[in-house]
Order: sequence, then structure tokens, then C-alpha cells
Amino acid sequence: MNWYEIVTYLVLFLMFLAGIRVVTTSNVIHAAISLVLALALSAALFLLLSADFVAWVLVLVYIGAVIVLFLFGIMITRAPLGVNAELDNEKKLTPALVSIGIFLSMSYGLITSFSGEVSVESGATIEKLGLILLGRFVLPFEIVSFVLLAALIGGIALARKDAALISEDQI
Amino acid sequence: MNIVPILVTAAALFSLGIYGILVRRNAVMVLLAIELMLNSVNINFILFDAYLRDTLLQGQIFSIFIITVAAAEVGIGLAIVLMVFRNRQTANLNDFDLLKW
Repeated sequence: MNWYEIVTYLVLFLMFLAGIRVVTTSNVIHAAISLVLALALSAALFLLLSADFVAWVLVLVYIGAVIVLFLFGIMITRAPLGVNAELDNEKKLTPALVSIGIFLSMSYGLITSFSGEVSVESGATIEKLGLILLGRFVLPFEIVSFVLLAALIGGIALARKDAALISEDQI
Repeated sequence: MNIVPILVTAAALFSLGIYGILVRRNAVMVLLAIELMLNSVNINFILFDAYLRDTLLQGQIFSIFIITVAAAEVGIGLAIVLMVFRNRQTANLNDFDLLKW
């Protein structure tokens, strides 16, 4: 077992622990910070799998922007800060059974199907990725930019105050 | 190294996301669990890209698209939660029963 495998196993273990904490903690801020930890560790895993560009995109977009949006949403919806028992449903057995069942069936399929060795030398440079992204995949790239634009306009249109309601002092 | 531990960890993160969606009451917490599931899908894409040594790097490109769509989804989702909170003064999913009969 070399250093690469030790680091990878450590990253996987910590990522699993952070994922558990995201869904089980009763403190909303701790859940968001644990999600930051899980995403940072998955960025580290992408670096270990020699996917540099995606790792830094993950850091920039998720940890930089999405988590800030989440913290904003937590603050503005006045989710009860600190520990509170009202965050979860009372019935936890059925969700646990469902998720464990899905996990076991997926793991069974994965373990019986894949036992190959992965190479970290995928030969993917950022230059090559950029050429492919703006070459063969340029149409999906442009379409996804339209999706982002539509999401931007939709978010503004949903969250702004309605002028008619403001004039009637309903908000 | 063997790819099975990484695949199983991604499956575990996906199952944790399902558990979070089912068990959480707060709408923002449900969105956090959805992010966890999307991230496990990203891990699978990157891993299979390295495993299959794809010359077109389609795994990495798809994960970039997933990250983009996830950002859009979070923006719209939080805007909807905000709108509902403004109308109902709560982000508790059990109180969103306007369409129930």
C-alpha cells in the first residue's frame, strides 16, 4: 500500500464522515459547513484522479458561490440557529431503511461488476479539455450557458417583490 | 489502485442524500442533501473518465455540465423557498400543504 492509496482512503473516509454529518446534525450551520468539507474532499479526490480543472471548478463554484447562497438562504428563512429537534421528521426508520437498501443494492452491483485497477495517468491537461469543450462540445456548452441565463432571470423574477403587492402593503 | 472503494463511497454519499431528503423538514436542508447526491454523481463521472481513459474526456465535461446545472438548480430552488417563506412565514416542508386536499 503506497502513499497514493493511503491518501485516497483517508479522503474517502473523511468524505463519508462529512456526508453523514450533513444529513444527521441538528444544527443548520454545521450542516452547511460539513457540506463544504465534503465538497473540498471530493475536490481533493478529483485532484488525485488527475482531473485538475474540474477540481478547481468545484472549489470555485460550489465552495465559493453555492455555499454562500445556502448560508444566505438559511439566514433569510430564519431557520432556527443552534441545536433544535424540529429540523427532522419524527419517523427516521423508514428513510434509513430505504437509503440502506439502495446503498446495499448499488454496492452489490458495483462490487460484482468492477474490480479493475484505475490509472491516475489519464493524460488530461487543461489545454486538451478546453480544446474539446470548445470544439466537439461547443453546442452543449452554449446551451448550458443559456440554462444559467434562464436560471438567473428566473431567480430574479421569483424572488423580487411584486410591484402590485408592494403598493397594497401586502408584503 | 482499485476503483471499488471510490465507487462504494460515492454510492454511500448518494444514499445519505436520499436519507437527508426523506428525513429533513427544512427546505434548505433538503437542497443541501440534493447537492450531496449531485456530488456523488460527479465523483462517478470523474472516476470512470480516469478508468476508461476516454480520449474525449467526456466524464470531466459532463461533470462540468452537472456543476453548472446544479448551480442553476440551487439558485431557482432557493428563490422558490424564499417566495414560499415570504407568503407562509415558514420553510418547513410539512406546512407546504396548499395543494393538498
